[in-house]
Amino acid sequence: MPVPASHILVFSLVLFAIGMLGVLTRRNVLIILMSIELMMNAANINFVAFSRQLNNIGGQVFSVFTIVVAAGEVAVGLAIVLALFRNRDTVMVDEVHIMRG
Amino acid sequence: MNATAIVFYALAGLACASAFMVIWSRNVMHSALYLVPTFLSVAAIYVMLRAEFVAAVQVLVYAGGILVLFLFVIMLVNVKAVQGARLRLHGAVSGSIGAASIALLLSVYGRGRILAAAPDGGKLTEFGGNLETVGWVLYNEYLLPFEIASLFLLVAMVGAIVLARHKA
Repeated sequence: MPVPASHILVFSLVLFAIGMLGVLTRRNVLIILMSIELMMNAANINFVAFSRQLNNIGGQVFSVFTIVVAAGEVAVGLAIVLALFRNRDTVMVDEVHIMRG
Repeated sequence: MNATAIVFYALAGLACASAFMVIWSRNVMHSALYLVPTFLSVAAIYVMLRAEFVAAVQVLVYAGGILVLFLFVIMLVNVKAVQGARLRLHGAVSGSIGAASIALLLSVYGRGRILAAAPDGGKLTEFGGNLETVGWVLYNEYLLPFEIASLFLLVAMVGAIVLARHKA
């Protein structure tokens, strides 16, 4: 290990926190999707760090699966954004309130 | 502190700074472009952690695929419509909720103990290099999840096409 594992975990925590801050505070759905990608990256860093720490390849295989899920999620999410923009002419999440009672 | 550690801290700082710029910049195009340093530094950290295959997949899928997808969609939607105010009143409320949950995570980190490092040269390179080991484990222990992942990608592709095409 070049650095202690706890430092890598703190780094991934900071990345996750930045992503969560983006999801919670931004209104633009594109930025929210990017923040979700940041959080998935943080989870991947944890997987790889523990794989290195415990000398087990399973974490790396799992992070490959996470990347697959992230790719599918962003493809469907951006398609939904396109459909939303075409129908409602906005990408701001607080201007989409069709289902408000 | 040796040189490897210095490189790691520099990469981590670069990744965090540019991730912060992703959520901070007003222009959504700038946000998408600030994702590039984040993804590339995370890939470099993967290389430092002996996960060369994951690093290559990270560069190919994130920096190559997902980012291009983001740029296409940003160019397809109206640029003027995607600019907007940064924070509002509810932003402060949700920000404090986020700060509370981050504090919870930090306390969990502080309480838990990290397991001691296993000795080197074991399972990570059991079947030769990193790529051989990942391939061996992926096609033996994780064969069914691998096939399910390919099915998932097919479904996601069909769904994205159906959602994004013009109404006939």
